[in-house]
Amino acid sequence: MTRPPQRRGRAALIWAGLCAAIVLPLAAATFSPLLAWRDPIYIIAGFAGVIGLALLLVQPLLAGRYLPGFQGPKVLRIHRITGGILVLAIVVHVAALWITSPPDVVDALLFVSPTPFSVWGVIAMWAIFLTALLGAMRRRLRLSPQSWRIGHMALGIVIVGGTVVHAMLIDGTMEVLSKTALCALVIWATVKVAAQQLARIRR
Amino acid sequence: MTALLKTRRKLITGAAATFVTGVAALSLPARAQGIAPTPTMRGGANNYLPGAPIVERIGGGGFWMTGTVRRAGDGAPLPGQRIQVWAHTTEGHERDPQSHGATLTDENGVFRLEMPQIVPAFGQAHGHLAYDDDAFETVFLRPVMPSPSDTTLSADFVLQPA
Repeated sequence: MTRPPQRRGRAALIWAGLCAAIVLPLAAATFSPLLAWRDPIYIIAGFAGVIGLALLLVQPLLAGRYLPGFQGPKVLRIHRITGGILVLAIVVHVAALWITSPPDVVDALLFVSPTPFSVWGVIAMWAIFLTALLGAMRRRLRLSPQSWRIGHMALGIVIVGGTVVHAMLIDGTMEVLSKTALCALVIWATVKVAAQQLARIRR
Repeated sequence: MTALLKTRRKLITGAAATFVTGVAALSLPARAQGIAPTPTMRGGANNYLPGAPIVERIGGGGFWMTGTVRRAGDGAPLPGQRIQVWAHTTEGHERDPQSHGATLTDENGVFRLEMPQIVPAFGQAHGHLAYDDDAFETVFLRPVMPSPSDTTLSADFVLQPA
């Protein structure tokens, strides 16, 4: 387990960066003036969304084995667990919004909402659910590793694209600068891992 | 050559004239119909509570919801029409009864209702308005504020006789 100090320094930097990228937007959102005028259930809905967005940064970093100390087969297990937490975060996000304002959520789910951002969120939600379902059924469906990889990558791009547009269009509790930075990091990590996967598929 | 050009020019101007009068004739009946009724907006009726009471102001006030109510066709201002207003404000959620109130239009068909500051909810700072009485067709509006720091929002109704 002894590593050269240079690599240890790099590892610490990556982990510190990841923590900052997740903690700063969450912390900034807790200072939102909008919270004062929201019920607890609406606040929970918003933060479940922020946590979901943050997990979208963790997922590609795990998939690409970019996190120091997270190598080998255990990474996949963690990636699956975080995926499960992501599904849970989305369920809490939508359920709590439903309790806050049922007609607005029904409109969004039926794609008839007057707010353009909700469409993107709903698309991303279904892509996340489909990914989780395919992941869980992948053996029973006898998906080849190749087709699973292509399918997961395509869904991942839909999830990230949909979520980032959804988040950026919302005038909500997230502070704009930290939200933009987190979204940029999510896109960067996704593009990086997608390029890596594409190279692997071509081989 | 000149003769040919002349006839061609005549043909083109003639055709253009026919086209213009033709189009004008087509659009005339539409103009006779006058001002078109306002359609209900998507999501306009969300969290509507029928029969909001007519109030001096909703809650503590500080924000103004304004607008006009006119009749479809001739555009005549409609006095004494009840407009119901609700929104997510600093004093409550859209579905809370205290967030709802109504006012009547004056002799010029203008309404103004003071209410608490609207704050962004479900991603946008927006208000809801309803005309839901018997004389005209029901209309629900959901205007979005250009900026969440605005202290006024307006919406205009053109109503179709029921």
